[in-house]
Amino acid sequence: MTGRDLLGIEDLDRSELERILETSLRMEEVGRRDVKKVPTLRGRTIINLFFEPSTRTRTSFEIAGKRLSADVVNFSPSQSSITKAEGILDTAMTLDAMDPDAVVVRHKVAGVPKRIADALDAPVINAGDGAHEHPTQALLDLFTVWQEKGRIDGLTVTIVGDILHSRVARSNLYAFSKLGAEVRLAAPPTMLPPAVESLGVKAYSSLREALEGADVVMLLRIQQERLAGCFFPSIREYAATFGLDRRKLRFAKDDAIVMHPGPINRGVEIAHDLADQRPSVILDQVRNGVAVRMAVLYLCAGRPPRGGLRREGS
Amino acid sequence: MGRIWIRGGRLLDPASGCDEVGDLLVEGGRIAALGSGIEAGDAEVIDATGRWLAPGFIDLHVHLREPGQEYKEDIASGGRAGVAGGFTALVCMANTQPVNDDPSVTEYILDRARHESPARVYPIAAATKALAGEMMTEMVALLEAGVVAFSDDGKTIMDSGVMRRVLEYSLLVRVPIITHAEDRTLVCEGVVNEGPVSTRLGLPGNPGVAEVVHVARDLLLAELSGAHLHVAHVSTAGAVSLIRAARERGVHVTAEVTPHHLTLLDEAALGYDTNTKMAPPLRGQVDVDACRAGLADGTIDAIATDHAPHAVHEKDVEFTAAPPGVIGLETAVPVTLDLVRADELSPLEWVRRLSTNPARIIGRPGGSLAVGAPADLVLIDPDHRWVYDPAKGYSKSRNSPWAGREMIGRALATIVGGNVVYDLDRGVLAP
Repeated sequence: MTGRDLLGIEDLDRSELERILETSLRMEEVGRRDVKKVPTLRGRTIINLFFEPSTRTRTSFEIAGKRLSADVVNFSPSQSSITKAEGILDTAMTLDAMDPDAVVVRHKVAGVPKRIADALDAPVINAGDGAHEHPTQALLDLFTVWQEKGRIDGLTVTIVGDILHSRVARSNLYAFSKLGAEVRLAAPPTMLPPAVESLGVKAYSSLREALEGADVVMLLRIQQERLAGCFFPSIREYAATFGLDRRKLRFAKDDAIVMHPGPINRGVEIAHDLADQRPSVILDQVRNGVAVRMAVLYLCAGRPPRGGLRREGS
Repeated sequence: MGRIWIRGGRLLDPASGCDEVGDLLVEGGRIAALGSGIEAGDAEVIDATGRWLAPGFIDLHVHLREPGQEYKEDIASGGRAGVAGGFTALVCMANTQPVNDDPSVTEYILDRARHESPARVYPIAAATKALAGEMMTEMVALLEAGVVAFSDDGKTIMDSGVMRRVLEYSLLVRVPIITHAEDRTLVCEGVVNEGPVSTRLGLPGNPGVAEVVHVARDLLLAELSGAHLHVAHVSTAGAVSLIRAARERGVHVTAEVTPHHLTLLDEAALGYDTNTKMAPPLRGQVDVDACRAGLADGTIDAIATDHAPHAVHEKDVEFTAAPPGVIGLETAVPVTLDLVRADELSPLEWVRRLSTNPARIIGRPGGSLAVGAPADLVLIDPDHRWVYDPAKGYSKSRNSPWAGREMIGRALATIVGGNVVYDLDRGVLAP
């Protein structure tokens, strides 16, 4: 992590990723206790600064903070100061003056968490910025695959869908590549980012070829509004060519798992019967999200060792 | 208006091809003599030993923001920034508020310039009313009011039929039609160069082909009409080769390139600094190399800054929401001297692109050290090292990608019409 911010997976190296995964494992254990709470961040304040609405990610961060005994405050400027046209940096500086121990930022424009991190003393955690990065999503995806497969090295991970507009895809391609997996992208050519192979991944416009021998199939949400930008002709054609069902999944390895960051469009990216049961691990991803975010909050907002979670000498 | 005897400088006069050490005498606002053995008696003496003396620089592309957006810049502050950067004349774009699409606005700008600006100011009028791309402006009346070119600049004329008529009608006034060549339907929401950088940043990409397609269209329409097309801020290899080919087949086309497109890469945007957001965007190495080669071989005639002041609060926002553009008047000399240091341009050819060619494109005096020419001069120290701090500059705005950078080379003194209007020690002196 650069300083104590978590702005993107692009900035992390292998050992930092492994450290987060190992910390997540211990946090996951907390979530299985009767009393799902440890005092690690007691007395610390975490602000969830969500300029863009997101119930799922915000809730996950909120639960993570509370399980660590932090005081978690949700602040959604879209409903308050934006109407007064307060600038993003002014909003962030205002919150910073209240001395938070971490600020979790979500914004619809790429780069805003970075600009805020540059301006603030408190550590900033990117909870998703435009089509740039969504690092905690990639970390929970890594963690889920690690738990399922016991390793990341040598796996083949195929990401399917609107890669161009996806922060999840960007963070995941960095995350899995850095830990030694082969990452493939499958999308209509209009939805592949320009020069994406410069990031060390392979791009396919044939879903079948991209699935050949895959250990992990990760589906992305397709958005209706991309029809207007002339990125694809219809939901029906998308579902027929890039939607995943059990028949197409046969091109992947027999033990391949299916992932989706949610919320899912049933019958579009993923067939109805595939979404709810193995090999789909969609709800495991959600569950692991809390553990991974606990780990991230701990590593970003925590202070030097005080026993408990840091006993393993990290 | 006294006599000034500038002694021992390296005289760089692209108009005559002169590049030799000598003296220059200014008298009555004009160049009175040059060479050696000048007897100047009681004239004010400027020692130019080790310096370059050149005809004053003329910036073909400046946004002075007055009338209407004086919080960003005005004619006085822009003029002061200009002379501090070595420019003796500024050609200002029409996107003021109100738009310069009416002789009354042109006259206002010229009147303000006469009283407030140490640099000469030559306005560009809008090519279409309100920059709307629909109805032509009164070109004859605007020409009589004093404009030197017509352009809708950033509000690119997308309607090919309108552009055709604008070019054809301009034959009546015989001044350039300046195109900001970007096909808006290809730019879409793009804010950085489309490619590895836009992919890594997760920001919408603006593809180079948006410029190339539009340059191709405008060159074909210029060819059809026989009018003078001037391509603003060329940024792509594709545009450079199209312009080169068009010129070879006789199309009346001229072109400019900015200091930032000559020296900065799209990667400068990787930290989301909105002072790296321009239109057109910073490009990749292939494009930068082609622009530099095009400037060196004469395909691109001029260096123009596209000085575009914006207030700090306007730039300190989301990358997508920030207005494009950077200031450039006070950094153009050191930044573009990079091409001289890299042996891509001789000092004489560098001056030609900052002075002689811009004067020719707008059909105004300047760009020459000939005896009898107006004494618009700049004295350059090509080796002066300094650190650029926009807060200490003359522009009202600070949106520069070079803030805090070490610079090599600087204008030491600027003379307009025989008056020293700037020197490094005393700052801007007049008006």
